Amino acid sequence: MDGRIHSLESFGTVDGPGTRFVVFVQGCPMRCKYCHNPDTWAMTGGQMMTTDYILEQYHRNEPFYRNGGGLTVTGGEPLMQIDFLIELYGKCKEQGIHTCLDTSGIAFNPDNAAMMEKFDRLMPLVDLVMLDIKHIDPEHHKELCQQPNENILKFCAYLDEKHVDMWIRHVIVPGITDDDKYLYDLGYFIGQFSNLKALDALPYHTMGETKYEKLGIEYPLKGVPAMDKKILIEKKEKILDGIRARRNENH
Amino acid sequence: MRPEWQDFVTGKWDREINVRDFIQRNYTPYDGDESFLAGPTQNTKDLWAQVLDLQKKEREAGGVLDMDTKVVSTITSHGPGYLDKSKETIVGFQTDKPFKRSLQPYGGIRMAEKACSDNGYEVDPEISEFFTTHRKTHNAGCFDAYNAEMRACRSSHIITGLPDAYGRGRIIGDYRRVALYGIDRLIEDKQAQKDSTGRVMTDDVIRLREELSEQMVALKMMKEMAASYGCDISKPAANVQEAIQWTYFGYLCSVKEQNGAAMSLGRTSTFIDCYAQRDLKNGTFTEEQIQEFVDHFIMKLRCVKFARTPEYNQIFAGDPVWVTESLGGVGVDGRHMVTKTSFRYLHTLENLGASPEPNLTVLWSTRLPEGWKKYCAKISITTSSIQYENDDLMRVVHGDDYGIACCVSSMRIGKEMQFFGARANLAKCLLYALNGGIDEVTKKQVGPKYRPVTGDVLDYDDVMDKFMDMMEWQADVYVNTLNIIHYMHDKYCYERAEMALHDRDVKRYFATGVAGLSIVADSLSAIKYAKVEVIRDEDGIIVDFKTTGDFPKYGNDDDRVDDIAQDIVHKFMTAVRRHHTYRNGVPTTSILTITSNVTYGKATGNTPDGRKKGQPFAPGANPMHGRDTHGAVASLSSVSKLPFNDAQDGISNTFTIIPGALGKEDQVFAGDIELDLNK
Repeated sequence: MDGRIHSLESFGTVDGPGTRFVVFVQGCPMRCKYCHNPDTWAMTGGQMMTTDYILEQYHRNEPFYRNGGGLTVTGGEPLMQIDFLIELYGKCKEQGIHTCLDTSGIAFNPDNAAMMEKFDRLMPLVDLVMLDIKHIDPEHHKELCQQPNENILKFCAYLDEKHVDMWIRHVIVPGITDDDKYLYDLGYFIGQFSNLKALDALPYHTMGETKYEKLGIEYPLKGVPAMDKKILIEKKEKILDGIRARRNENH
Repeated sequence: MRPEWQDFVTGKWDREINVRDFIQRNYTPYDGDESFLAGPTQNTKDLWAQVLDLQKKEREAGGVLDMDTKVVSTITSHGPGYLDKSKETIVGFQTDKPFKRSLQPYGGIRMAEKACSDNGYEVDPEISEFFTTHRKTHNAGCFDAYNAEMRACRSSHIITGLPDAYGRGRIIGDYRRVALYGIDRLIEDKQAQKDSTGRVMTDDVIRLREELSEQMVALKMMKEMAASYGCDISKPAANVQEAIQWTYFGYLCSVKEQNGAAMSLGRTSTFIDCYAQRDLKNGTFTEEQIQEFVDHFIMKLRCVKFARTPEYNQIFAGDPVWVTESLGGVGVDGRHMVTKTSFRYLHTLENLGASPEPNLTVLWSTRLPEGWKKYCAKISITTSSIQYENDDLMRVVHGDDYGIACCVSSMRIGKEMQFFGARANLAKCLLYALNGGIDEVTKKQVGPKYRPVTGDVLDYDDVMDKFMDMMEWQADVYVNTLNIIHYMHDKYCYERAEMALHDRDVKRYFATGVAGLSIVADSLSAIKYAKVEVIRDEDGIIVDFKTTGDFPKYGNDDDRVDDIAQDIVHKFMTAVRRHHTYRNGVPTTSILTITSNVTYGKATGNTPDGRKKGQPFAPGANPMHGRDTHGAVASLSSVSKLPFNDAQDGISNTFTIIPGALGKEDQVFAGDIELDLNK
């Protein structure tokens, strides 16, 4: 089966554990203001690649991924091509490859039975989901990404129920996602899930800006400075406070 | 058994000169982490502050603080020199004071004069006269024997960086022998070697006998030099301090007499550790003291300096000595060879701060212990001062007591040496193939008048055919030029100190090298997969190219072009192997122009891959800058496909990556939540 692929990266070190082969898919329904890959938004374009071709590329350099690494699909939004994912991850599992899914969770929809059937088939094939929660507050989420976060949050519970390990990623943007209350709330929310294995607080950077220029799209966060590392560590602590509070309640 | 050897496990090594056997029977692999290490002592801090101050003064003085212009450097030419005698636990400088550069005219008097005059000094006229009229130098010998073609190739830079006016370097004495056996035993051994030569006085036997005599003279001078520092190295070293000191004296003698392009140290840390372990156990020294000895040793190695010209420094991008020390690796019996002293060596980068010299090189294996791997990674991150080489690859060829000379040249310590041979400019050779031997920059007929390319669009088979013919010619003139160079170097600038610390019958690698591999691979790929039209000047010489369409580029794990790169390395090596080599040297090739790629680029015209005239080559076996677009692993994969069998002198890849691209900073990434919550 063909997937619509933006690009392949042979040396991924920040998209999951270890050194990873990273598949960037083409196409995403989210329009997050801070997105640094606007070139992956369009549902057309990219390159069509079969799962076998991708795995062949993986195996060319397999020794690099052997020691605690594996394969990550990110994008774009991988779940927009769920059939392709099922086939790719299915083959990965047959071949003993650690699989990681980096997603916004936007495609998750408990009211769509056909879709849920696919999710149910996908989950046993995924070793780790890195779920990027853009904002815990529904209104702010909509403002930031032009999409609701209701189903994204439900996706956490679903993953927990399916016993799929989960890392939560959260991009901290000065003035937009750095409010202490919301960070605490995010922590408090994710603290309830036992499948939560790690928190990955990402500092907002401005490296995506040039891509917007090239694409002729106006950059929505023009003038917003990159996130300071020191402040980031403080902000991360707020999320951890929320997680701790929830976990202590549950104990 | 000698008293100095007490508590050591005996074996072959106490009956013959065999340092490897000593190490294998006596070293203690260390599996732990770096927590045992000691910081710098006050004396270390004081001495290092002195060195930093001298470095500052040297920079302020324009790069050279002091030069000897009167005394020709030999092992015993200078009295002892110190930073602060009361604080130094390891002593010895090349001249009578630190940062004073010695005068070494045997490689070439003009180079020695120029090194002085460019830095504002003048060689004593009597010395100039002596080395012009009465004593021939290596450089003069080479030019006596060169033919017109060789000189033309040299001027047009199709063969570049030849060691015909300076020391060839790349020979590593087994300096550990001085410590383990003491000089008297080594002289006895050399005398026995001399007595064992053939009785028929052929050229080879005569030369060998003369060389062995020279080696014995050097050994005697080593004793004398050490005595001037108050050390009696006629006997073996009795403790770890002496073992380091004796080893350093051996090395010091070689840099007093040879201003080589690379003066590497070898593989000393695990050897030294045998003494360190014994002394720690017996309570002779503490960890702090042993670290101090190591710190002072490394400090001395950081002060090795040579008189060189600005042009030389330009070729090598700085003033490198290549004091390469090889650390770690795995033994042929399967035990790793990392010891506490391997850690102590790396720890100098923390105690004294980061430094390019000595060139600490980790012989990497997947089977190295975890604690060592982590420490290497940590020191790499904090100091960017470690070089890594593939032990799993080299052990197969060289066993477990080899070292690296310069950046990648591997050789068994004390058993193998190398005739360093600079490199052939393959990119220029390709252009000569197109233009029938006419140089694209000077427009002179340098190569043979083979038929040039006709027509306006390059045809792959036609170009390959012509390129192979031209490469045969290039290899021929190159190897023969090197034959002259090494003949003359042996004759007029023989490395008696280093060779005194070798076996009698050494294996000599006849090293060649290539530059511009990625340019040639991409150019041929462009010719094969895109359309390359030639642009001729008014004389009909091809000086530029117009390339239409895309083509696979080396550095993207794409076999279509990577196969071309492999094929070229193999064909070049095959061409080299066809020739007679001086002293039956074993031909090898390297792909390692780490710094001189800039200079080579300046001398080379436009190439079909789109590189413009004068633009630098990629360093070593690197893909051309910016053309590897499929990530680091794909880039590394292309390089790793190059055949080691055909490039046994080494393949280098200069790899730069921003720290963030190697993974998350640990403070930012929270990692395992459960752990974090227990705080």
